[in-house]
Amino acid sequence: MKSRTLKRHFRESFKSLGRNGWMSFASIAAVTVTLLLVGVFLVLLLNVNHLGSQIEGDVEIKAYIDQTTKTEQYNQIKADIEKIPNVQSVTFQSKEEGLKELIKSLGKEGGAYLSKQSENPLPDRYIVKTKTPQDTGSVASEIKKVTHINKVNYGQETVERLFKFTSVSRTIGIVLIIGLLFTAMFLISNTIKLTIVSRRKEIEIMKLVGATNGFIRWPFFIEGIFMGIIGSLIPILVVIFGYELIHDQLSKKLDSVFIQLLPVYPMVLELSLLLVVLGALIGIWGSMTSVRKFLKV
Amino acid sequence: MLIEMKDVWKTYPNGVMALNGIDTYIEKGEFVYVVGPSGAGKSTFIKCMYREEKPTKGSILIQGTDLAKLRERNIPKVRRKIGVVFQDFKLLPKLTVFENVAFALEVIEESPRTIRKRVNEVLDLVKLRDKAKSFPDELSGGEQQRVSIARSIVNRPPVVIADEPTGNLDPETAWGIMDILQEINDRGATVVMATHNKDIVNTRKKRVIAIEGGRIVRDEQKGEYGYEV
Repeated sequence: MKSRTLKRHFRESFKSLGRNGWMSFASIAAVTVTLLLVGVFLVLLLNVNHLGSQIEGDVEIKAYIDQTTKTEQYNQIKADIEKIPNVQSVTFQSKEEGLKELIKSLGKEGGAYLSKQSENPLPDRYIVKTKTPQDTGSVASEIKKVTHINKVNYGQETVERLFKFTSVSRTIGIVLIIGLLFTAMFLISNTIKLTIVSRRKEIEIMKLVGATNGFIRWPFFIEGIFMGIIGSLIPILVVIFGYELIHDQLSKKLDSVFIQLLPVYPMVLELSLLLVVLGALIGIWGSMTSVRKFLKV
Repeated sequence: MLIEMKDVWKTYPNGVMALNGIDTYIEKGEFVYVVGPSGAGKSTFIKCMYREEKPTKGSILIQGTDLAKLRERNIPKVRRKIGVVFQDFKLLPKLTVFENVAFALEVIEESPRTIRKRVNEVLDLVKLRDKAKSFPDELSGGEQQRVSIARSIVNRPPVVIADEPTGNLDPETAWGIMDILQEINDRGATVVMATHNKDIVNTRKKRVIAIEGGRIVRDEQKGEYGYEV
């Protein structure tokens, strides 16, 4: 395509945006509302995901060694556990270390045990991490079969409930977002269709004097991109400043429960990019589907 | 041979049989009137020539290209060889006279210099140079039709098809339009014109093709209109 033709297409699309002012506004508003919702949902979803993987990453299996086992056999036990598929790491934790950790986790009340360290009732143990958190259950039952291991603990119920929660919330989020995107596309294609009806005569004449479909489509294509991009501006600002504000307010409170929100940057920037691209795509799709109908003259 | 129709049939999706076996040919440089009662198939005949309608059966050759077999994406190429003039002018109301005519060259990506030169040439031909900056609604019907003709010939097509170009005009203005079409024909373009105007057909004697019931019932050189108005 010649550059002056491209210039013409840009000129035409701007003219049309202005000429169909209210229609353009309606389409842009549709993009804005949708992307706003999509943006908010994505922020939520990403945080749930982040939270989930934080907790998932903390999931570990404690394999308790039978107290009667001799120290020489420990290496054999470790080797046996390491042989199990999906095991990522195996770390030894002596009973002394175990007790210290326990006392620490009890806080002030733990102080009472400090004096009784010589009477430590805890067994030695291996801390096992799996390659994927979802394998925890199956790996744990394998470890149980290893000789000299008499007890395995990984907080079964909590872990399984957590996995269920994160996967359900992911699915719901994705379905909602896809639904929203489709709604926006239909809204936009409808509003653009109305602007095209008013330009039907123009398209008809263009076709009769020998314009190719591509030539006719270009201005609509550009118009769609512009509407999408303009429509994404407000959602982007809301996501960036809104999340910054929420992050500041909430993160202090959440620190006490060891939960961290996703850091503001680079997440909001990536999200902004995504919203611009989504907006442009919705715009293109909307204008292309509606112009197609009128090209068959 | 410029235009050749072989056994052309057209049945619309609603069952109306508009053309029932048309065979004809038009030579380069001819001036042809297409006459016939309303609903006889004149309009379909004309529309098939610039591929606004696709025949159900048969072939329509224009400079060797078969419009019936033409692929969708090649339609624009054929349309550029054919200038079309409409009864209702089909001008864009928001563009000036100059822009309306230039439009036909813009879509085929001519350079601005060529566009300016050619548009001014055709505006001279239709005697509207001084109205180049006017908008269609500031013009009379005859003037609007002249703009429409200017647009149809600005890219120098070998064929100009006019669908009742004088239908909406008073007799005096209609003659003005005929003079321009004659001028275009004299310069070498083939002109095919559907018309209801008895006076014109009987005064400016040309080849007459009469269509009734979707068939050609008469085809005479220097023919008569042959119907009572």
